Amino acid sequence: MEKDIRPAVIQLIDVEKSFKSQQVLKKVNLSILEGTTMVIVGASGQGKSVLLKHMLGLLKPDKGEVRVFGKDLAKISKKELKEVRQNYGVLFQNVALFDSMTVFDNVALPLRERTKASEKEIKANVDEKLSMMDLQGAGEKFPAQLSGGMQKRVGLARALVLNPKVVFFDEPTTGLDVSRSNEIYRLFYRTQQQLKYTAVIVSHDVPKIFKLADYVALVAKGQVQGCMSPEDFQLSDLSEIKTFVKETMGPIYSSEEEEMGFYETL
Amino acid sequence: MLGFFEKIGDNFLYYLEQAGRMGVFLFNCLINAFKPPYKIGPIVRQIHFIGARSIFVIVFTGAFTGMVLALQGYYTLTKFGSEGFLGSAVALSLIRELGPVLASLMVIGRAGSAICAEIGIMRNSEQIDALECMAIDPHKYLMVPKFIAGVISVPLLTFVFDVVGIFGGYLVGVGLFGVNEGAFFNGMYSSVTWQDVHMGVVKSLIFGLLIIWISTSKGYFLHYERSGGFGAEGVSRNTTNAVVLSSVTILVWDYLLTAILL
Repeated sequence: MEKDIRPAVIQLIDVEKSFKSQQVLKKVNLSILEGTTMVIVGASGQGKSVLLKHMLGLLKPDKGEVRVFGKDLAKISKKELKEVRQNYGVLFQNVALFDSMTVFDNVALPLRERTKASEKEIKANVDEKLSMMDLQGAGEKFPAQLSGGMQKRVGLARALVLNPKVVFFDEPTTGLDVSRSNEIYRLFYRTQQQLKYTAVIVSHDVPKIFKLADYVALVAKGQVQGCMSPEDFQLSDLSEIKTFVKETMGPIYSSEEEEMGFYETL
Repeated sequence: MLGFFEKIGDNFLYYLEQAGRMGVFLFNCLINAFKPPYKIGPIVRQIHFIGARSIFVIVFTGAFTGMVLALQGYYTLTKFGSEGFLGSAVALSLIRELGPVLASLMVIGRAGSAICAEIGIMRNSEQIDALECMAIDPHKYLMVPKFIAGVISVPLLTFVFDVVGIFGGYLVGVGLFGVNEGAFFNGMYSSVTWQDVHMGVVKSLIFGLLIIWISTSKGYFLHYERSGGFGAEGVSRNTTNAVVLSSVTILVWDYLLTAILL
């Protein structure tokens, strides 16, 4: 990590966060470098989504700093936060499409609200993004009329419509089958090559997600246990990472006998 | 014993916090209402939803309110041989009091509840977070059109309520009980002053603002609800709370405004 000379887009410095008596984040430190893909992994309930919400400025830390483009999100004005967020694109876990709007209007919304583009320009831009996501002809449908995979693609189109500098993905493939998940990953790879954005991905999909990552960070027990390249991550000696790798990438059965027994019953 | 005081303190802090949040929310909405860009389309859509689509229920309740006022008024006034005052009794009751209050209660039931549920569902399904992350201010984008539409629609609906109510009173008073038509209208012209109309307008404006404020902020702060604002049940509970709180607030403010404006 030290060798990488690219500037940090997002820096979390000693971030702490509690909800009532439960401390979710305990002195979290993490840097996300420009143009890279950071994958944040960890078991459910370890604070990954809370971490992401801090980066988005939706939650404020009790202690510590969340710096985006050098600005501490907790200390800047609402207007400055808005300016920071103009560089963001977000694909939410449940996609968060506006369910009373058509697919076209969903993708067009950031353009209509944040730019002075004419309806003609908006249409051209939205159509381009929809075809990039293989969603031609779906513009007039409502989100509820689409499959889960299509909804994710609409969410991705909406996140990318203003060519953001940083794109956040919260569990982008949750609830999708293997082929739909691969489709999302392919779209992610293709769009990142084109638009050159920095990506922050919170995911459970280990080890597949490692293929896309420049860096992998493990969140466990409220802390970032390590942040390194996917290769180093899988070979790491750090006990938390070792346990995580073993649990997620190791055998399903705890012993050979158990596995044998399973096949015998079949 | 300490637990009891702790509970009172806890409740006090909770409601204080909630009131503070709602106050800041109202401030943000009002500030944003004056900030450009001004988009007419969303405001017109909200006027259609809050105002135009409430017309039927307003006409219906207005007519029956006027009719029952005439019925009760006639019964009371004949005791004193003053049924000639029926027109002014019906008109004054409607314009000063019942028009703004009942029209507002109808808007709460029809539009306020729907607004609270809509915003609450948007909060629960992270649509409001999505707006914020897209650098679109939810106050400006979602709330301001509703506030402007509420302040425009409720006074207009109140006028409709008053007019239909007076017509309902006329039907019962003049049509059914045979009160002299000239006395009915002359009494009304001589007793209703611009001050009465002014009072009705001020009330309905403030009620419009209160309804939208409570409905939107209850939905917006769903996630802060102590009883748990999650899922369909959370939204339904919160919508009920919004309707109850709006109705009670309207009645309390009605008293206060009457006391101030009289």
